[in-house]
Amino acid sequence: MTLRLLQRLAILVASLVVSSVIVFAFMAVLPGDPARVALGVNASDAAVAEMRSEFGLDRSPVAQYLSWVRGLVTLDPGSSYVSGTAIGPQLADRLQVTLWLVVTAMVVALVVAIPVGTVMAVRHRQVSGLALSAVSQLGVAIPAFLAGILLITVFAVKLGWLPANGWTPPADDPAMFLKQLVLPVASLGLVQAAVLTRYVRSAVLDVLREDYLRTARAKGLPPMRALVRHGLRNAAVPVVTVLGLQLATLLIGAVVVERVFVIPGLGSLLLDSVSQRDLIMVQDVVMILVMAVLVVNFVVDLLYVLIDPRLRVSAR
Amino acid sequence: MSAAPVTTPEDDASGKAGADVLVVKGLDVSVRHQKLVEDVTFTVRSGERVGLIGESGSGKSLTALALMGLLPEGLTATGSVQVDGVGHDLVGADERAMSRVRGRDIAMVFQEPMTALNPTMRVGDQVAEAMLIHRTRPSRRAARVAAVELLGQVGLPDPPGTARAYPHQLSGGQRQRVVLALALANDPALLVCDEPTTALDVTVQAFVLDLIVQGVLDRRAAMVFITHDLAVVATVCERVMVMYGGRIVEAGPVQEVFTRPRHRYTQGLLGASDLTVVDDRGRLATIPGSVPAAGHFPAGCVFRNRCQHATAACETRPSWTATGDDAGFACHHPAGLPDAAPRATPGGGRP
Amino acid sequence: MSELPSEHADTSATPLSPNRPGAETNPTQDAVGRRSRRRLNPSLLVGGSLVCLIVVMALVSFVWTPHDPTLVNSATRLQEPSSDYWFGTDKFGRDVFSQIMVGSRTTLFVGFVAVGVAAVIGVPVGILAGMVPRWFGELLMRGNDLLLAFPALLLAIMFAAVYGASTLVAMIAIGIATVPSFARLIRSGTLQVLRTDYVLAARAAGRGPFAIGTRHVLPNVSSLVTVQASVSFAIAVLAEAALSFLGFGTPPPTPSWGRMLQESQELLFLAPRLAVFPGVAIAVAVLGFNLLGDGLRDRFDPKLDDRR
Repeated sequence: MTLRLLQRLAILVASLVVSSVIVFAFMAVLPGDPARVALGVNASDAAVAEMRSEFGLDRSPVAQYLSWVRGLVTLDPGSSYVSGTAIGPQLADRLQVTLWLVVTAMVVALVVAIPVGTVMAVRHRQVSGLALSAVSQLGVAIPAFLAGILLITVFAVKLGWLPANGWTPPADDPAMFLKQLVLPVASLGLVQAAVLTRYVRSAVLDVLREDYLRTARAKGLPPMRALVRHGLRNAAVPVVTVLGLQLATLLIGAVVVERVFVIPGLGSLLLDSVSQRDLIMVQDVVMILVMAVLVVNFVVDLLYVLIDPRLRVSAR
Repeated sequence: MSAAPVTTPEDDASGKAGADVLVVKGLDVSVRHQKLVEDVTFTVRSGERVGLIGESGSGKSLTALALMGLLPEGLTATGSVQVDGVGHDLVGADERAMSRVRGRDIAMVFQEPMTALNPTMRVGDQVAEAMLIHRTRPSRRAARVAAVELLGQVGLPDPPGTARAYPHQLSGGQRQRVVLALALANDPALLVCDEPTTALDVTVQAFVLDLIVQGVLDRRAAMVFITHDLAVVATVCERVMVMYGGRIVEAGPVQEVFTRPRHRYTQGLLGASDLTVVDDRGRLATIPGSVPAAGHFPAGCVFRNRCQHATAACETRPSWTATGDDAGFACHHPAGLPDAAPRATPGGGRP
Repeated sequence: MSELPSEHADTSATPLSPNRPGAETNPTQDAVGRRSRRRLNPSLLVGGSLVCLIVVMALVSFVWTPHDPTLVNSATRLQEPSSDYWFGTDKFGRDVFSQIMVGSRTTLFVGFVAVGVAAVIGVPVGILAGMVPRWFGELLMRGNDLLLAFPALLLAIMFAAVYGASTLVAMIAIGIATVPSFARLIRSGTLQVLRTDYVLAARAAGRGPFAIGTRHVLPNVSSLVTVQASVSFAIAVLAEAALSFLGFGTPPPTPSWGRMLQESQELLFLAPRLAVFPGVAIAVAVLGFNLLGDGLRDRFDPKLDDRR
């Protein structure tokens, strides 16, 4: 167990290092001169040189990389090239908003996908199962931002039940916060649910063929109870794997959905920074998104051990 | 539809056996319009151990699954299966009714010990669960204690420790013993074993067979034992039924059937398992041809396309010839009669 | 490999053929398998039709559209659908149907190039990772998996930040982001092919790794490549739409479904239909390629019949 933990931790650290090098190389080295990019082609050489020294861009790439990483690790990533404001507080603010979106959407997706996927598997030869399959196939084909626009059209424009966009921090006005949260979370969560449903279905179908489920029924468990007691935990292993990977999709989906619903999250920050050519901000936001994916996958890797006792021994 | 095999009603005077535990009448298993098992009829009495032998595809495992009501999706059983102590017919019973019967009145040991247990649950809990489902123990604690005791009964070392183990920590033989403990947990009236030792090492086969027989004897339970291994049947069972092409082609006491087979298929089977008999070119005896795929057995006698004694008469279904209680055969040209072998063929119809 | 010895062992040991797990139920499984192979594969049929529809639409748009899709005309702004303007017009008076038609070109073009980039890099990497020593293959896959943390859209946004938004940048970014899924699938396919008897025979005959890779592995993983290409195409369509929606994709005035959606958003209260048409087009394209991939998978491997 400890060995596995250490092993996975080493992989996580290595992944973080490699991906930070990729992001840094891509964002800070490739474009040439970030100061020139930030100030524009018409800026005087003197202004560019001044900015270069102010932000330490005249140092070697290695030194710049190390100071960037130090900034991230100490949670003090310095200030923006463009606006000159401190990056740290902005990132923290925006991250909080995006987390609300992503976490609730993931919960919604799981709450929908687990029962629906199970029913789809159990009834895979019946009309109801096939109908659910068709619906989920359709759901997979609709990107979250499109779902968002359609939901706005129906629930904000036609019915007027919910606000079309906006964001209110939960501390300011909890009721408004919830109202504004419904549509973005629904568009992210339902599309995610459609994807997950298919994985749950396939995992449960595999489990349904297992001998131990027949043993459970031979003991006298009715089929559905046998599946719930003996099947779902085993079906969880492949689903949890997908969950880690799907988080990447969900995060990037949130970036676009934030734009649809005018929500001041990491996605909006990323897109605004790209438009403003604020490369250091883009670099930081991308790194946070990638880091989130890697850390979640690390946690998922450890979750297996809790689900599947066979892994506890193989690590010994 | 030819005449059904006739099982002489059991008279109490026959002594050794008790009440009927399992009465199967005219059992068919079909997929869509194709019959995979046809017209299977037999009776098993308490304390009796009956073997069901046949090649892959003969329908023996389907027969077992039909008894349990665990046929794969798409397969349906018709006919009648009565079990002592259960008020209704098992064929056509709904899931809830069957759930109450399974694991309490009938239990089953499966072929594959490696996959028959839930990999994410401790084996003690899996055994205890069998008792908790049917409430044969008053509490979770009592069931746990009973489970440890059962694991000891099936010869597992350190029963408390084993109860806490996960299946992957046990060997195949140990897992099969857990499955046996699980099956015996509620003292079933009937134990169905489907090739329980086929997947095991030869060295542990005998041990597990002993445990199965002992477990059945201790509980005075009846047993239906499915295998393709003649030697196993000879050691474990008193009576044997030979299946081919989804039908019972011969039945009788093991001693009788194995020394004086009547059906030509049984004869071929015994000849092929006798490693001392070779033909003039030094080859082991075999049954020519191979088992047809389901639904491709010939009409009439199912064995006639591989039988060297087949004649035009075999195109009609041979009727069941009873030779005693629970004994008989279905063959137009049975072995063991002076006039029965119309053509003496080398390697085939040995005396 | 594992089939042969056991076959021999069993026939010599017992007169009856061995009862392998599930052997007893095989007849029915075979029957089911045979039936589904003969039955028309609905995923393939529906998916193929939808993809055909879009391809035909794109081809027709080269020679004919009802109106000039880029013609701005203040006299025909925001018209409802009519016999003249089948899907109505947008806020600049452009014909929506014509834009949808020409937009399919963008979608297919981006998809083709992105999937091409992904296959050209991913397939050789996957085969290589399957044929090199195991530890090295594992290492390659670790690096490969790391790239999964960069979804297509994120990579495309990074590219757009550095190089500016353009169709070319979008295609390459989406293509690179799709490499990992290709490489992983092809590697597992390669490992399977390498375990087969004919590869063993080829090795025994003294064939070099390059010959085995090109003559045995590549033809045998080609069905996997086809399936993955179809599924990746759907991902590329989604990414392109999102990218254009965000304004980092195809620049105006070239029509693109994603940007049509973006332009529709400010008019949702006035003319929601402007969102519906490009939305349906995107969904149809993604659905088509997903179903086509599913259908091809079933066709190539009937065992996987009722999964996914």
